Amino acid sequence: MPDLLEIRSLAKHFGGVVATDEVSLEVRAGEVHALIGPNGAGKTTLVAQISGSLAPDAGSIIFDGRDVTRLAQHQRVRAGLARSYQITSIFRRSSVIENLALAVQARSGSSLGFWQPVASESGLVDEARLIAAEIGLSDRADIAGGELAHGEQRALEMGLALATRPRLLLLDEPMAGMGPEESQRIIGLIERVRRSVSVVLVEHDMDAVFRLADRISVLVNGRVIATGVPDEIRANEEVRRAYLGDEALSA
Amino acid sequence: MNARAAALIAALAAAVAFPLAMQAADQLFFVGFASRVLIWAIAASSLNLVLGYGGMISFGHAAFVGTGAYVSGILIAGGVTSAWIGWPAAILASAVLALAIGAASLRTRGAYFIMITLAFAQMMYYLMNSMKAYGGDEGLSLTSRAALGFGLDLGNEVTFYYVVLAALCALLYATHRLAHARFGRVIAAIRENETRAEAIGFPVYRYKLICFVIAGAAGGLAGALLASHGKYVSPSLLHWTQSGTLMIMVILGGVGRLWGGALGAVLLLALEHLIAEHPIPWLLAIAPNYPQHANLGVGIVMLVIVLYAPQGLAGLVSRKRHA
Amino acid sequence: MSDMLLEVAGIETAYGQSQVLHGLDLEIRAGETVTLLGRNGMGKTTAIRSIMGLTPARQGAISFRGSRIEAEAPDRIARRGIALVPEGRQIFPNLSVREHLVAFAENRSGAKEPWTPQRVFALFPRLRERAEHMGNQLSGGEQQMLAIGRALVTNPYLLVLDEATEGLAPLIREEIWKCLAALRAAGQTILVVDKYIERLVQLADRHTIIERGRVAWQGGSEELSSNRELWHRYLGV
Repeated sequence: MPDLLEIRSLAKHFGGVVATDEVSLEVRAGEVHALIGPNGAGKTTLVAQISGSLAPDAGSIIFDGRDVTRLAQHQRVRAGLARSYQITSIFRRSSVIENLALAVQARSGSSLGFWQPVASESGLVDEARLIAAEIGLSDRADIAGGELAHGEQRALEMGLALATRPRLLLLDEPMAGMGPEESQRIIGLIERVRRSVSVVLVEHDMDAVFRLADRISVLVNGRVIATGVPDEIRANEEVRRAYLGDEALSA
Repeated sequence: MNARAAALIAALAAAVAFPLAMQAADQLFFVGFASRVLIWAIAASSLNLVLGYGGMISFGHAAFVGTGAYVSGILIAGGVTSAWIGWPAAILASAVLALAIGAASLRTRGAYFIMITLAFAQMMYYLMNSMKAYGGDEGLSLTSRAALGFGLDLGNEVTFYYVVLAALCALLYATHRLAHARFGRVIAAIRENETRAEAIGFPVYRYKLICFVIAGAAGGLAGALLASHGKYVSPSLLHWTQSGTLMIMVILGGVGRLWGGALGAVLLLALEHLIAEHPIPWLLAIAPNYPQHANLGVGIVMLVIVLYAPQGLAGLVSRKRHA
Repeated sequence: MSDMLLEVAGIETAYGQSQVLHGLDLEIRAGETVTLLGRNGMGKTTAIRSIMGLTPARQGAISFRGSRIEAEAPDRIARRGIALVPEGRQIFPNLSVREHLVAFAENRSGAKEPWTPQRVFALFPRLRERAEHMGNQLSGGEQQMLAIGRALVTNPYLLVLDEATEGLAPLIREEIWKCLAALRAAGQTILVVDKYIERLVQLADRHTIIERGRVAWQGGSEELSSNRELWHRYLGV
């Protein structure tokens, strides 16, 4: 499989603190690539640099053969690189459909329309309804984002990223704050979208990681200490010491 | 017909009938006063575009109003009296200024944005003060209002009133369309969650800048109308207290509400007028100078509104309707 | 009963129009470790918010050490000796680790060997290393330790933890469980909300399952671990 995303010697410092230390990794087209590591290992910082909200100090990010290191976040989204957030970041006062229609609008033509009501563009709403069905929120379509239950908000969080029709989806702890059933729902959703989209998955829920991931990279103190298929990671002594503890055995 | 449309038509009818009634009662002074109120309604509505719709707390909006006034005034003083040249020129100049100020200020956020817009506006204030060729701190008196042609004499208070009313209606209608169009949705999204708006692919900075420029341009139109209305422009139009007054109008009327700027301007100026011109005898007996301190009364009203109607007058009206 | 610490009787709590708790009962005796379980949205966090006075109950009674507290302000309730480790940690971004601990240090329960910042540093050596770092410079795990430490230095009669292992790496999660077990062994009364039931049945004495704002089941750890039907029906496991 060809590499969809290639990160070369990425580095980022905050003052004297090294957040990303010469990180190199490849995400192949079609794979779910999990990124695990202790709290403070630099996972979210890495996601921010890949998505473009944070500029690296050095190194490069190649997406689909194109160097996107200098591109702004919105340009990367248009190139097919979308992210979701660990802390739910939705439009809380807008309905589910309005949330999704806005994301559809972002990738369909110019938004410098000052006169025609957006409500008359049935294409946006139709597409939004499709995505609402995809994430299982069809029957909640007209509820404001802020009034959804936590699990539903997390689904919408992912839906907003999906609505940009990405080729690579960066998911930052999609299972955060979820009960077992809600986690199952998100796992099911990821299993469906992975057929058409490659995924970088940051997650602490090891059941989900070992079930979903084709390959796993382990980030410790801003460095990748191991990359491999789940069995290799499970068996890796260094990974167990730094992160997994005994959990890998029971998983 | 729903209540909203009925209220709209009633308000419009009252606004159209007002100067005719005043003319019949030989009270033309009030027509001139009403024109001034409507011009400030335009200015406040233009600030509401950036402050309310765009969520950008710009504390320098007087710079755009003042620039529009000066450009229009200087053209009239130089003999170019046609409104068809002067007003578009004022709008264009304010838009260009907003582009420059916005491009620099929108890189910052929070208190920094407030301070930098204030600083730019004060720079414009001192620039106008120093322009001796155009009156410096004394301001610039004009011999006539702008000329509109088509047999319409803007020197006539009633005609002028109708032109200003038309401009306000056009601005509010355009704002209404804009708010519900693609651009308005993006602006609302940015106001609510800027990070996410960028993350779904909107170039946030560019959209905010465009919103800022549109608001500045509309402020320029208000300035051009002000210059003709009083046949006088002065640097005080650009002073930071003017920016503050515009903000107070928007807050009183309703931040981010279509009618917010207009209602706030009407309330504030009517209140100032009432306090200054119609003293209450018993209050006068205790505090003889109080009519000169109209701001005290304005402050009390502002306090009441912020405490009991945080959505402003426009919010109060729509809440009543839903109740 | 004389050793009753907290008694929640029939509380009803709502956010605006939407009622979350419909007559919830809960009792905690001194020295016990008790859990609140249930799916998301069933009212666990709301129950804690009502106990703490953050979202006061509209009906029902809450007694703490014999005094009625359901109408009291949150700061008053906290000073009575209930300490919350809140969901999302709520660390102050611009206070250092040491400042967090010093600012809240108070012996509210009159403990003979009170928790001090020094004892918290001994419990979590990671925090001592980071003593002068600001709250916003800490990792998620360090923030969680600090949130627990900040609650402990108030020397509460009752320690309340809401989703304290959320978003933590497996190893850090283990550290939190060990810390709670040690606190329990030292006699601390604890009320805990968490989703790792397997660990909770090892840690706690009694469990209360909430379903739609009411108690659906109450019982001991052995009963809960042997009754998988409960897990399936109420917890979605």
